[in-house]
Amino acid sequence: MGKPLLQFNDCGIYCAAGNFYIDPWKPVDDAVITHAHSDHARWGNKRYLAHHLSREVLKYRLGTDIQLQTVEYGERIQKNGVTISFHPAGHIIGSAQVRVEHKGEVWVVSGDYKLEDDGLSTPFEPVKCHTFISECTFGMPVYKWKDPSLVHQDINDWWRLNASEGRATVIAGYSLGKAQRIMHHLDLSIGNIFLHGVIANTHEALERNGIKLPAATRITPEVSKDEFKTGIIICPPSALGSPWIKRFQPFAFGYCSGWMALRGAKRRMAADRGFVLSDHADWDGLIKAIDATGCECVCLTHGYTASFSRYLSERGYNAHEAHTYYGGDEATEEDELPVEVLNEQGGVIGGTSNESEEVL
Amino acid sequence: MRDFAQLFASLDETNKTNAKINVLKDYFISVPAEDKIHTLALFTGRKPKRQINATLVKTWAIELANIPQWLFEESYQVVGDLGETIALLLPDGESTHGKSLAEFIREMNDLNTLTENEKKIWLIDSWTSMTRQERFVFNKILTGSFRVGVSQSLIVKALSEISGLNPAVITHRIMGNWDPATFSFHDLLQEEDGSDDASRPYPFCLAYAIQETSDKSKSAEEIAQDLGDTIEWQAEWKWDGIRAQVIHRKGEIFIWTRGEELATEKFPELHDFILSLPDGTVLDGEAICFAENKPLPFNVLQTRIGRKNLSKKILAESPMAFIAYDCLEFAGDDIRSMPFKHRRSVLEKLHQINPHQDTFQLSAIVQFDTWQELFDLRLQSRENHAEGFMLKKLDSIYQTGRKRGDWWKWKVDPLSVDAVMIYAQKGHGRRADLYTDYTFAVWDGDKLVPFAKAYSGLTDKEIKQVDYFVKRNTLEKFGPVRTVKPELVFEIGFEGINRSTRHKSGIALRFPRILRWRQDKKIEEADTLETLRAML
Ligand SMILES: [Zn+2]
Ligand SMILES: [Zn+2]
Repeated sequence: MGKPLLQFNDCGIYCAAGNFYIDPWKPVDDAVITHAHSDHARWGNKRYLAHHLSREVLKYRLGTDIQLQTVEYGERIQKNGVTISFHPAGHIIGSAQVRVEHKGEVWVVSGDYKLEDDGLSTPFEPVKCHTFISECTFGMPVYKWKDPSLVHQDINDWWRLNASEGRATVIAGYSLGKAQRIMHHLDLSIGNIFLHGVIANTHEALERNGIKLPAATRITPEVSKDEFKTGIIICPPSALGSPWIKRFQPFAFGYCSGWMALRGAKRRMAADRGFVLSDHADWDGLIKAIDATGCECVCLTHGYTASFSRYLSERGYNAHEAHTYYGGDEATEEDELPVEVLNEQGGVIGGTSNESEEVL
Repeated sequence: MRDFAQLFASLDETNKTNAKINVLKDYFISVPAEDKIHTLALFTGRKPKRQINATLVKTWAIELANIPQWLFEESYQVVGDLGETIALLLPDGESTHGKSLAEFIREMNDLNTLTENEKKIWLIDSWTSMTRQERFVFNKILTGSFRVGVSQSLIVKALSEISGLNPAVITHRIMGNWDPATFSFHDLLQEEDGSDDASRPYPFCLAYAIQETSDKSKSAEEIAQDLGDTIEWQAEWKWDGIRAQVIHRKGEIFIWTRGEELATEKFPELHDFILSLPDGTVLDGEAICFAENKPLPFNVLQTRIGRKNLSKKILAESPMAFIAYDCLEFAGDDIRSMPFKHRRSVLEKLHQINPHQDTFQLSAIVQFDTWQELFDLRLQSRENHAEGFMLKKLDSIYQTGRKRGDWWKWKVDPLSVDAVMIYAQKGHGRRADLYTDYTFAVWDGDKLVPFAKAYSGLTDKEIKQVDYFVKRNTLEKFGPVRTVKPELVFEIGFEGINRSTRHKSGIALRFPRILRWRQDKKIEEADTLETLRAML
């Protein structure tokens, strides 16, 4: 047997045959990007390949001068005899699973994904493969999402109640993905939408990319405080506890994340309301997605990799844990958060690289 | 049960005090009387006795959830709460049972008459007839781990607003030895106290701390500025025992600890002196191990408390005494609203005439004229086997709960060392998915030896950063515990230190806690075992 088609090394998920990386965490020459979240699309690569709908957000986040090529779902790109194609992952707008084919062998890197149609992202499509590199952020059976339409209804009911009592509604979710998903399902007869600067930037970038989003106002000192009373303010989780949030007083604070499924996590956020809304697959979703690929081999990234690989092994899969530097935490997908953690932690990243060159 | 589960959910959905009070009021006004008193019992820590052991509950839940046992255990590690884990793992259900909270509690109490198989059928029927939210509170009650996220004072406030009674009166009435099966909600909120519970203690008056860490130390001048003239104050040593109330009423005696635990049987040495008090007496003080006229270290008491049976050996090694410092009831009258100096003189008289002077100690008054004098004396706290001073205003009434102004505790600086984190474990409750419980080590030659476990003291942001570090720097996993790369240094504070044969390090700390994260320090700069030994 020769080398595996994809392997995890110091820099990321590497394809030796095609000499490119998928979602590298250290700067490389050729980076294939599943989606624009900061733990997957990092700064400093020479060339980027991504989906059309990631274009403007990538430029906004990584610089307008990056060398970026974009493609459509299903389009086939050749690199040294290796075929690369992008397939909908349903995670956020422009998110993709990356399919890699070489000499009849097919591998798929899932990036992040969910199975539910959120109304904005192109819905997930299973892709047949021999080996599937899957995320498992919520790979524990305690995570089972309820129908998202019920969650959106809860959010609207809560907003309506706050507005009727003259209290601003502040809701947090990470800026790329969750924020747009929340606003897409809001009942605009209740009031207006206001955006934190970071979210407004992302909003504008997506609009430049041709995405239609509801009308929303960027929060600036000029916006009158009275307008907030019946409005809904969408902010990144990091805004909680910052002086910025004080201007909305009195307000109720809600947090949207899959982690809100656990009472402990909700308490930790000190949120009035925790809405269980995730852009990742839940336990049943992960199993369904993996089964649908028809794969023999699964490599797991993000989250509960050890438990989930054990479970899949018991179900007859050849399953492994892969050590990566991907989120594993919805909160760290928030664009500015990982940077902050990394800076303060100094040499943590790359410091203990005993998992480098792990062969699958 | 639906109302109760909804109450729990609604309380969970807000962090605002007033909203919580309104939710409680709406609930207490709308549910049947029987549910009211059961709710109050649950909210004040009066749980029904556990009738099915946790292992059986777990086994049946695993069966119904249809997952491997190890996956159940790991899920439990993630969630940190058994009742919640089970509620999340069982297949989704609808609420079809139609039973009230009181009915379910009655069924739980009757479980001891059922065979194991009947219990199983009952439990599975109950689970499958409930929603997730109902299942969660049901599991918590069933496993005896029900805790509610609202403080007792909020409940008291809601009841006070419903009934018009003073909150202090309600706080007092809901204490003691009552059983929801016989105590009625109606009597509780009547104008006149309808209870004839001889055991009922008074709510403890609690002190505020003057300072908490070594870097916020206050000078004598600052104390003078805050508290005023020394003549208005009485100082006593702050004893390191168990805060307790002793009661002699209607020929019966009761000892209550500060945690509202009835501990009469745990302290047989105190019975004689309490029986010798005039009928209708309640004293506040400290139950403490005491020999040769001085208190013994706290770990002696701790060892004794940990034992199920009080053997002759234990009784001989850890004799008890009660250091009394207040009198709350005399000749059957509640005297809490009399000034402290008056209550003190009553206490002194009771002490004088009591034949059991060995077990009935009077908390000595520390004489001082200036705050500077007291400041200097405080530095001798440890030689006096005390943790510092209690300062009490001479004209103060005995307050209900923690009220600012009349009682202060002025502790000595906590002891501290710099230590390296070497193990981490996930927290529980609100920190269920983060590594929050750490084990710390100091140097012994070129080895790091663990000497303390601590979890509190970091900010939420710091906890996230440490959690981030732990997840990426794990060297080994042993079940829930991760061995991490020794890299982070923390300053660990503690209240006391003792020799221990059970610990690898040969020492045991009392109340260790994290004072701060020393990001400025390298692990080489952490303290040594020798430094700790020098503190013994
Ligand atoms: Zn993502
Ligand atoms: Zn990710």
